[in-house]
Amino acid sequence: MSSVLTLIAQRVALGIVLLFFVSLLIFLGTLALPGDVAQTILGQSATPESLANLRASLGLDQPPLTRYLNWLAGIFQGDLGNALTNGRPIAESIGKRLGNTMFLAFWTAVIAVPLSILLGLLSVRYRNRWPDKLISSVTLTSISVPEFLLAYVMIFVFGVKLGWFPTISLPNDSMSLGQKLYSISLPILVLVMVILAHMMRMTRAAILNVMESAYIETAELKGIKQFTIIASHAMPNALSPIINVVMLNLAYLVVGVVVVEVVFTYPGLGSYLVDHVAKRDLPVVQAVGIIFAAIYIGLNILADVLSILTNPRLRHPK
Amino acid sequence: MIRIPLAAVIGLFLTSTYFLVAIFAPYIAPYGMAEIVGDVWEPMSIEHWLGTDNIGRDLLTRMIYGARTTIAVATFATLVSFVIGSVLGFTAAVFGGWVDQALSRFVDLIMSIPSLIFALVVLSVMPVTLPVLILVMGLLDSTRVYRLSRAVAVDIYVMDYVEAAKLRGEGRGWIIFRELLPNALSPLVAEMGLRFIFMVLTISTLSFLGLGVQPPNAEWGLIVKENKDGIVYGIGAALWPALSIATLAISVNLVADWVLTRTTSLKGGRE
Repeated sequence: MSSVLTLIAQRVALGIVLLFFVSLLIFLGTLALPGDVAQTILGQSATPESLANLRASLGLDQPPLTRYLNWLAGIFQGDLGNALTNGRPIAESIGKRLGNTMFLAFWTAVIAVPLSILLGLLSVRYRNRWPDKLISSVTLTSISVPEFLLAYVMIFVFGVKLGWFPTISLPNDSMSLGQKLYSISLPILVLVMVILAHMMRMTRAAILNVMESAYIETAELKGIKQFTIIASHAMPNALSPIINVVMLNLAYLVVGVVVVEVVFTYPGLGSYLVDHVAKRDLPVVQAVGIIFAAIYIGLNILADVLSILTNPRLRHPK
Repeated sequence: MIRIPLAAVIGLFLTSTYFLVAIFAPYIAPYGMAEIVGDVWEPMSIEHWLGTDNIGRDLLTRMIYGARTTIAVATFATLVSFVIGSVLGFTAAVFGGWVDQALSRFVDLIMSIPSLIFALVVLSVMPVTLPVLILVMGLLDSTRVYRLSRAVAVDIYVMDYVEAAKLRGEGRGWIIFRELLPNALSPLVAEMGLRFIFMVLTISTLSFLGLGVQPPNAEWGLIVKENKDGIVYGIGAALWPALSIATLAISVNLVADWVLTRTTSLKGGRE
């Protein structure tokens, strides 16, 4: 058991090192790029005095290393700096929005994960027959359309033409859970469609891969029922790749959520990021960027850890 | 005469139609790109096949010019991504050792940030112009091409004919261009189709977010952004790009599939 713990500790440590380099990359990416940031923010007509002022308030007059270390130290103390646009602490604005984004992502996952595994199993069971072909052509189409367009098609059909769901998602604290869920039903539907397609196709591939093995053929020759073979012979071996698929897609959700939040004007972290990229509010972009990267890396580590736990072969690296 | 499967014929036909429309946009479009020719959101008519947009421009014209921008940006970004990704990938495979390690770890690092987030972070400090967009998209995407071409090249590099070339004293340039490249071409070409589609989705997403192609230029994602307010009134002008992007994506996919199966069957059906 201790070897498992060591392996997991290694993965987590690796993730932390990675996150450290990512912070460096985001910092360099925003402050060391060609062009003067202060000039970009103020535009060509800025006076030299206002440029100098802005540089001083951004700390641009200090050497890059000092700036980076100050920024990093701030993050560890929960201080993400102040937004340029309204001068208020970023951590304050982010807290609530992060919660909103997590709420959306959580309910999407609750619906999408079991559904995709079920559909994956179904399409393997009826491989190359009409249920499989139907599922795979629907998922192929939904992969070929970008998230924001899928969202507008959904709004047009279900929100406007049929009038079933609200087209703008503004949940607030006075609502009950049911009302909140109803208000975000369209964004959830869109996100489910987007990640369901990827997840279901990868689940199908993972199970099919296992189904080609010799022991499955043996089970078939023994006369075991098809569903029993899938459930008790194929599933345990397909579990580790499936968990991996699920985690990777939840990480993908982090990106999908950005666009969908903008479409539905949902007060989450993604729409906050896009707003402030347009306003060139650097401290906010850096802060939100590092948070998204941290979630993404965190989910990937979780995927690694879970596959170590579910797949004994990974516990004994050669 | 080569027999082409029906799916590939449809794919080839639609893909080439889109590219022709993109190239000859100024000659095909019935009106000027930013010319205001009618009322706001007119319905479909003989004069305006798809109706007009949010400020009274002909929507068909906007879609045609949009195809031009979208396809041009996606094509150039794909080229940037392939040139950089495959050169670095082959280099890593041929040189191995610390070169390989350094490149691969750096690519791992970049890929640990979701590429849309990374693009947004970079675009917050760069001016949003077409060359910058092409470069940012191409560079971020080259990480995927790098991984594929390195993996393919590492497989080929241990083949006997490469060994033979090394023994007769060929240089690294010869091995990369005359031994690795021809044999790695078919998976790379198939991947190229997928990367191109991904680029189309990326540029239209960025434009939709207001951080890609800027008005008055036309771009499919931008058309959605401009006309999205009509949707709540039941005006579907913003939905046309959905149709064009989906058909383009599916037809390019069909062609890529066909290229992959055809080139592999040429080499004795390596399935």
